Amino acid sequence: MGDGFAIDVRGMTKRFDGRTVVNGIDLQVARGEICGFLGPNGSGKTTFIRMLCGLLRPDGGSGSCLGFDVIRDSEAIRRRVGYMTQRFSYYEDLSIAENLEFVARMFSIPDRRRRVDECLDELGLSARRNQLAGELSGGWKQRLALAACTLHRPSLLLLDEPTAGVDPKARRIFWDSVHDLSAGGITVLISTHYMDEAERCHSLAYIAYGDLLARGSGAEIVASSGLATRVVTGPDLSSLAARLRPLPGVCQAVAFGRELHVSGTDEAALDLSLAGFRGEGYEWSPSAPGLEDVFIHFMDKARDNFTP
Amino acid sequence: MKGPFLFSIPRLWAILVKEFIQMRRDRLTFAMMVGIPLVQLMLFGFAINSDPKHLATAVLLADRGAQGRTLLASIKASGYFDFVREVGSEAEGGELLARGEAQFFITVPAMFSRELLRGERPVLLVEADATDPAATGNAISALRTLVSGALQHDLKGALGYLAPGVEPVELRVHPSYNPEGVTQYNIVPGLMGVVLTMTMVMITGLAITRERERGTMENLLSMPTRPLEVLLGKIVPYILVGYLQAGLILLAARFVFNVPMAGSLPLLLCVAMLFIVANLAVGITFSTLARNQLQAVQMTFFFFLPSMLLSGFMFPFRGMPLWAQAVGEILPLTHFLRIVRGILLKGNSMAEVWPQLWQIGLFALVAIGVGVVRYRRTLD
Ligand SMILES: Nc1ncnc2c1ncn2[C@@H]1O[C@H](COP(=O)(O)OP(=O)(O)OP(=O)(O)O)[C@@H](O)[C@H]1O
Ligand SMILES: [Mg+2]
Repeated sequence: MGDGFAIDVRGMTKRFDGRTVVNGIDLQVARGEICGFLGPNGSGKTTFIRMLCGLLRPDGGSGSCLGFDVIRDSEAIRRRVGYMTQRFSYYEDLSIAENLEFVARMFSIPDRRRRVDECLDELGLSARRNQLAGELSGGWKQRLALAACTLHRPSLLLLDEPTAGVDPKARRIFWDSVHDLSAGGITVLISTHYMDEAERCHSLAYIAYGDLLARGSGAEIVASSGLATRVVTGPDLSSLAARLRPLPGVCQAVAFGRELHVSGTDEAALDLSLAGFRGEGYEWSPSAPGLEDVFIHFMDKARDNFTP
Repeated sequence: MKGPFLFSIPRLWAILVKEFIQMRRDRLTFAMMVGIPLVQLMLFGFAINSDPKHLATAVLLADRGAQGRTLLASIKASGYFDFVREVGSEAEGGELLARGEAQFFITVPAMFSRELLRGERPVLLVEADATDPAATGNAISALRTLVSGALQHDLKGALGYLAPGVEPVELRVHPSYNPEGVTQYNIVPGLMGVVLTMTMVMITGLAITRERERGTMENLLSMPTRPLEVLLGKIVPYILVGYLQAGLILLAARFVFNVPMAGSLPLLLCVAMLFIVANLAVGITFSTLARNQLQAVQMTFFFFLPSMLLSGFMFPFRGMPLWAQAVGEILPLTHFLRIVRGILLKGNSMAEVWPQLWQIGLFALVAIGVGVVRYRRTLD
């Protein structure tokens, strides 16, 4: 068994009706690692995750998941993976407890009743155990789904936007438990659109339009982007942003509260463009670009390549 | 690694429990399952007539005289009767009737010619399977006019004295199984098969497409489960619903339509199991083929229409063209109708039921097999 990596795939490709949606992605995730999976809508994150757990047959690529061949041994993989779908996919006409019991039976979990009760306690849903899952609010559905997909103690968690619509405190609790699981040796691949969540991952993978554009820790990705950022303060920042955007060297100008973050890949050109506004009462200082700046930069670049 | 990934009873059980709960919560569907039999019972209080010909007829020719043959030849010429078998004994003919291999059994008794020539009015005995009165009625009335005409030629000349006035032969018709020719006796038991066909195919037809449309299929597929577990898990709970419907119709048959129940009810209920499973299997197979619930419903009707029209429920089976009979022979409803009518009206036992039963069983097996093969284990 491949001991180093929980996920080790190469050239994973998926086409729908001749359109390549996942384009030869290589990904390695070490055991116990929390890997954040980012990318714009429709970039192929869900499709890639589905291929990992055998829900979609790849059109190309090979590799292993938990030491099992992703193409041939998808059944063995399914038994050891907890997959949380992007869209709630438990039974809305079953109660919370019934859904958990269904999962427990499907995975032949020993000591079923106790595990389900424990799980309900941890969720804080014991009192509502007989409520239909369809009646839960969106955030609670997410929390139920997460609990259900970890019930059989999988070695690999594939979580597709697990915290969409979940409140900040619940998200914090969720991330704490993800870190606990990872400390216990469980590998997590988690797709998200939240930057604060990206920062809580050990490493990140960024894909856009089917291509893997960046891989590494947050700091590595920021460094590799070659992006320089200036934080500007002064009056009427939104009109300044509009005037800055067409200038050479300026890739993005984004307001954050009373600051404007202006970034570009060509540092010299960026400073030259900014210099023209010195007389209007603006001040700026260099700063490290945020992950979000970097990702938006990737996205723009990828779109430029995508639509010639 | 654990052992090979085989069929697992606990997982089947998991799906069963889930399906039961979902069935219980889906009140509308449940109400439909009870409502449909009742509506159909009311709708089919009437019968549809037609004029079937070429009905299978067994013959016992105990007399070797020429007149017996002449008579048979003209009976055959009427087009209503096809002589499928010449039997050696009365018992043999009776068996053919019970098994439904013959609709009529005509006996030309010993000494027929001699008695005829002596003017003793011999008896021509006709036993008819009148389970379906529509199928035999016309043939029997044709027979009546035919018999007196047929021997005219032979009885001219020397025997001319015999002809005028009285009929030379006494035609004795025994309508077996449904002597009064009550069409409800035929329709109501048949309705049991029709209702089961329609509702059982439909309910499982929706089973997998519903999971697909609600998005729960993605989750189910991501769990370690075998196709057969999923398919059986969705079939078994509805067997109970099928029995509920069968029970309703049997009660109505007995107490509203006074259908006689000559045979063994337990036998009928046992046999019904296989028929219910066959239809559920067809439904589940449609479900694996259909892309959405609408398609599944359309497929259900695609199956239901020929079942209704070609099984012998709407029109007497033997009255249909051969190609239609060939199609009908494939459908489980055809065989089930024969079984139900056979048990209720003829008092048939397992021996007569078996030739029909195994065909239903085979159909069920093939249907489940196709379902298992077609069950997509990915979302592609
Ligand atoms: N079954 C399918 N048939 C055809 N096209 C599909 C199918 N599933 C996904 N796609 C297409 O593949 C592309 C990638 O979709 P995918 O769901 O993987 O994106 P995603 O990264 O998960 O997006 P999001 O962040 O919105 O969840 C999209 O353009 C989508 O339209
Ligand atoms: Mg997605």
